[in-house]
Amino acid sequence: MDLIVCLKRVPQTAEAEVQIGPSGKEIVRDRLTFDMNEADSYALEEAILLKEKFGGTITVISLGLPDAEDTLRIALAKGADHAIRIKAEDFGELDGFKTASLLKDALVNVKFDVLLTGCVATDDSLYQVGPVLAELLGAPHATLVGKIEIAGEKAHVNRELEGGLIEHLEMSLPAVFAVQTGINEPRYASLIAIRRAAGKEIKLLGKDDIPSEHRVNSTLEKLFVPPAGKRAEIMTGTADEVSARTASLIKEKGLI
Amino acid sequence: MADILALVEHRQGAVRDVTFELLTCGRKMAGTLNAKLTGVVLGHKTDDLVARVRNHAHRLIVMDSEVFENFNAETYQHALVKIIEREHPYLSLFANTAFGIDLCPALATQMGYPFTTDCIGVEIVDGQVRATRQLYDGKLDAQVRLTAADSYMLTMRSGACPAEGSDLTAEVERIETLVASQPEYRKFIEYIEAAVGDVDITKADVIVGVGRGIKEQANMPMIEELAKALGGVVACSRPVVDANWLTKDRQVGSSGKTVKPKLYIAIGISGAFQHIAGMKSSDTIIAINKDPNAPIFNEADYGIVDDLFKVVPVLKNKILELKK
Ligand SMILES: Cc1cc2nc3c(=O)[nH]c(=O)nc-3n(C[C@H](O)[C@H](O)[C@H](O)COP(=O)(O)OP(=O)(O)OC[C@H]3O[C@@H](n4cnc5c(N)ncnc54)[C@H](O)[C@@H]3O)c2cc1C
Ligand SMILES: Nc1ncnc2c1ncn2[C@@H]1O[C@H](COP(=O)(O)O)[C@@H](O)[C@H]1O
Repeated sequence: MDLIVCLKRVPQTAEAEVQIGPSGKEIVRDRLTFDMNEADSYALEEAILLKEKFGGTITVISLGLPDAEDTLRIALAKGADHAIRIKAEDFGELDGFKTASLLKDALVNVKFDVLLTGCVATDDSLYQVGPVLAELLGAPHATLVGKIEIAGEKAHVNRELEGGLIEHLEMSLPAVFAVQTGINEPRYASLIAIRRAAGKEIKLLGKDDIPSEHRVNSTLEKLFVPPAGKRAEIMTGTADEVSARTASLIKEKGLI
Repeated sequence: MADILALVEHRQGAVRDVTFELLTCGRKMAGTLNAKLTGVVLGHKTDDLVARVRNHAHRLIVMDSEVFENFNAETYQHALVKIIEREHPYLSLFANTAFGIDLCPALATQMGYPFTTDCIGVEIVDGQVRATRQLYDGKLDAQVRLTAADSYMLTMRSGACPAEGSDLTAEVERIETLVASQPEYRKFIEYIEAAVGDVDITKADVIVGVGRGIKEQANMPMIEELAKALGGVVACSRPVVDANWLTKDRQVGSSGKTVKPKLYIAIGISGAFQHIAGMKSSDTIIAINKDPNAPIFNEADYGIVDDLFKVVPVLKNKILELKK
C-alpha cells in the first residue's frame, strides 16, 4: 500500500503570545516554537499503522521554509520512507488553494492508494488543503476522518459530525482522507531513529521544478487582534486569595 | 446583480440550526446587494424541510430524491454544480460544518471559483468579497479579499451570524434530480450514534472542565477531587479525549456535548470556539488559565490567571471549608 502524508510545520500558539509583525500581514516568528501540525501527527501515525499492516511505502511532503525539514525528519524517524520539501520561499503568498495545487504538481507522478492530510492546520485554520488536493488529483475524499478500515479495494471510513454523531462511509481507493485528531495514538520517534534520519535525503522542489502559474483564491489584507469580547473579571492576588474569593462566590450562588 | 445561494443543511430529517444562521447571513448580503436569497434543499421527502425554511428565503430550489436522504459530499457536489451553472449566483454560502467543509472546498475547486472557509464576517467591497477569519488558535483575526471573479463561495462559522426571524414566503421551484445514485467510490452507509457513558454531563449543575493544561493523566485526580468537593462532574476539552484520559461522552464542544450547567469551571482550557460552542450558555463560567490572553477569558465571567497546579488544590480546600 503506497501512502502519502502531507505535513505542515506550524507555530504552537495555544499558550503563546502572538504578535503581528511590521508588515501587518505576518506574525513575529522569533519567540514561537514550531512543530508538526497536531492533526498531521495523527495522519502520519495512521499511515505508519497502514504500512505496518499492508506493507508499502510512505512519502511525506511539506510545502514550507527550510525548517520544515526538521518536521520531515521526525516523520522519517518515525517510519516514513521518502520526504519532499516544496520550497515555500520560491512561491510567494500562499493560500489553501495554491498550497493544494503546488502539492498536486509535486505529487502528480507519485502513486498512492491512500493520501492523508490533517483535517485542519492550526495556524490558518482553513480545512481546505485535503479536499482541494483530492479534487485536483481526481480522487474521492473524506474529511474529519476518525477511523479507517481497509478491506481489499474498499475503505470503511468514519467521519466525525457535530455532537459526537458518526457518519460511516464506504469508499474505494485511491482516496484522500483528512484525518481528525484522536484517530490513533501518535508514537514518539526514538533518539536513535532521529539520529539515523538526520542523514536521510530530502528531495527539494523549487520554482524550476514546478514552473506553472498558481493562482490564489484569497489575499491577506491585514491581521488584527480580535475585538475584546465580554472580558472576564480577573481576580488578582495569591492562590490563597483568589481561591477564597472563588469559593465564596460559588457559595453566594448557592451551589455549595 | 446575480443572487445569493445558501445550502439548507439537514440531518436525520431535521433542518440544522446553523441553516437559519446561514439564511440570515444570506438575507443580509442579499439586502446590501439588492439581490435575492435562494435556498437550496437537496433531500428526500422534502415537504417538512421546505416548510421549515420557506419563510427564510426569497426562493427555494428543491431536488427531491432518495439519493439525497443523507448527506454525501459527492452527490451534493454533482447536484450543486448543475444548480450553480444554471443559477450563476454571485455568492454561494455553506455552513462551516462537518458537511460544509467536506463539500465546499472541492465544489469550488471543480467550478474554479474563489472561496474561503470558516468565516466569521463577510462584506462586499467594490464588488469583491472580503471575509474575516480567525487564525492561530483564535488569537488573531485576518481580513482576506477573494480574488476577483463573477462567483464566490464561502463557508460561515456557526455562531458568526446569529439567526433572526423572517417572514418571507419563498417561491418554491422543484427541479429534476440530476443525480441518479451514490457513486461507487463514496457511499453513505449509516449514522452511528455517540456512545453513552456512565455519567450524563448535560444533566449536571456543576461541571469542572479540564483541558490540555493538565499535562498528563497522572494529574487528573486533582480535577476529580475538585469536582467531588463541588458535588459536580468532570468534563473536558477534546485533547483530553484524544489522549484517552477521559471518554468521549465527557467531551464538551461542537464535536462533543452541549452543556448548560449553573457553574462551569474551565481549567487549563484555551477556549477554542469549538469548545466555547458547547459551554457558552452556562450560567456562570470561571476560567483558570496561566495565559492572560487565552480566548477563554472572553467567554468567562470570572478569571484566574495563574498556574492551575497552584490554584486547584487550594480552591478545593476552600470549598471544603465553606461546606462545613
Ligand atoms: C472539527 C473540530 C471539532 C472540534 N471539536 C471540539 C470539541 O467538541 N471540544 C473541544 O474542546 N475541542 C474541539 N476541537 C479542538 C479545538 O479546536 C481545540 O484544539 C481544543 O479545544 C483545545 O483544547 P485545550 O483548550 O484543552 O488545549 P489547548 O488549546 O492546548 O490549551 C491548553 C491551555 O492550558 C493552559 N495551560 C497550560 N498549562 C497550564 C497551567 N499549568 N496552569 C494553567 N493553565 C495552563 C494554556 O495556557 C492553554 O490556554 C475541535 C477541533 C476541530 C478541528
Ligand atoms: N504547506 C503545507 N504543506 C504540507 N501539507 C499541508 C500544508 N498546508 C496544509 N497541509 C495539509 O493540509 C491539512 C489541512 O490544512 P489547512 O487546509 O491549511 O487547514 C494540514 O493538516 C496538512 O496535512
